[in-house]
Amino acid sequence: MFPFETSHPENRVVVITDDGLSFTFNDVRSFSETINKIIQHRCLIFCLSQNTVGSIFGYISFISNLIVPVMLDSAIDSDFLEGTINKYNPEYLWLPDNRVNQFANYKVLFSKYNYSLVKLEEKSSYPLHADLAILLTTSGSTGSSKFVRISYENLKSNAEAISSYLSIDALERPITNLPMWYSYGLSIINCHLLKGATILLTSKTIVEKDFWNFLKSQKASSLSGVPYTFRILKKLKFTEMSLPSLKTLTLAGGKLNNDLNKEMCEYALHSGKRFFVMYGQTEATARMSYLPPEYSIEKLGSIGLPISGGEFNIVDDHGKSIHEAGVAGELVYNGKNVSMGYAQSFNDLIKDNDNNGLLFTGDLAKKDEDNFYFIVGRKNRYMKLFGNRVNLDEIEDLLSKIISDCACIGSDDNISVFITDRNRISEIKNFINLKTGIHNTAFSVNYCEEIPRTALGKINYSKLEV
Amino acid sequence: MSNKEKYIRVFKNTFQVNEKDLATLTYQGVDSWDSIGHMNMIAEMEETFNIMIEMEDILDFSSYITGFDIIKKYGIEF
Repeated sequence: MFPFETSHPENRVVVITDDGLSFTFNDVRSFSETINKIIQHRCLIFCLSQNTVGSIFGYISFISNLIVPVMLDSAIDSDFLEGTINKYNPEYLWLPDNRVNQFANYKVLFSKYNYSLVKLEEKSSYPLHADLAILLTTSGSTGSSKFVRISYENLKSNAEAISSYLSIDALERPITNLPMWYSYGLSIINCHLLKGATILLTSKTIVEKDFWNFLKSQKASSLSGVPYTFRILKKLKFTEMSLPSLKTLTLAGGKLNNDLNKEMCEYALHSGKRFFVMYGQTEATARMSYLPPEYSIEKLGSIGLPISGGEFNIVDDHGKSIHEAGVAGELVYNGKNVSMGYAQSFNDLIKDNDNNGLLFTGDLAKKDEDNFYFIVGRKNRYMKLFGNRVNLDEIEDLLSKIISDCACIGSDDNISVFITDRNRISEIKNFINLKTGIHNTAFSVNYCEEIPRTALGKINYSKLEV
Repeated sequence: MSNKEKYIRVFKNTFQVNEKDLATLTYQGVDSWDSIGHMNMIAEMEETFNIMIEMEDILDFSSYITGFDIIKKYGIEF
């Protein structure tokens, strides 16, 4: 059964929830058999996920029974959900009971663990590529219905590589801090299930006392975060807390500023913990590289070395490999975890592997004399905001539907939107927040007389300044 | 401006909510009061009242109502 290695004892505890319940391997297996009896064939299902038992058991069961889940946030906007359903024609939905009323016209076939299986209207079925395992979103926040097509081999190889460099065994007890629909959050779950570890499952966040009580009482052994997680941890004086069970901290989803990075490395060193800086993209299932903790200070700011089975190359604008240290170019990754490609609608789900193991990351990188890699910038208009990737072009597209002219630029963790109508600033601000879920403190809407353009009519971003 | 008015202003500015909804406002009760919003609100409170809020109190600050007692601990009268 996915993604477990064979020979798990039936009574092995797979999940412990924050209300104190334990669930065994036997529980998830019998749940999976029930799902198999009801659905019975390979098809597409939308999985509205959250860090609860219903969500994780649903996910495991779908993959195990060759049913292809599309992982979405359970708090997803209703209009966006409906639009995405129209584009992908899923046969089923797996969603929290409290969202079932939106689909009151359809039949609920099965409910368990506060989740329900809803059968949607019968539409003409369409084929799914045999290798396709799951669809993941590239950005939780821009409300894009473009997904990454991940294969069974992608999931397996990445979970194996990650569990190997993190030395995960059955004694590990990771606490969930990241959502399951996020490739990084899902990778934590996969690599721990693989090795028979016990997932400490909670929807609570690190600014709630219940999260820390759960972490301490259940003796969590690892915590994973994106840069903003660590900024909050610093504010919470995390390094002064007594957390003897916690042995491993992992960071991915963007670059931490060097001071805080160093502070975390030193804290880990002095308290006998391991701090892993890691790098990845959903297009590579999750992980591409990691910095071994013993190098965390010596190679501060580095994304480290490729994972086992993976390989980096740096190429110039003409696609030629750059071999010299210190010279920047686009980072290209080669490995079994490189996804099959993108999907924009159900028509793409039969498509073959577009990438063949090769991923142009869009990140600019260089390596040093010891072959450690460093990200120096971005080639395209993607940026990472609170760990989620945001495409500035997509925000412009979204706004172009309601406003005549606009432009977006981004810095480290802030987006600036420019519009030419002074009276619509707060309206546009609310609109972006509502449609994308981007926090209203993470972007600003500014007035400018005219959007600057080049002779070719393209927006001249270099002329835009806040 | 009274301390209560300042407290209310922090909430209204950080979470973009109407004054009439404040009394029942709790963590994650509105989209804007997520973990990021929470830390922004704490930072605003600290700046407004010129205090440093302890970790325990940051974690306990789970609603508009409970926040008053927490801020009072730092010598702010309402």
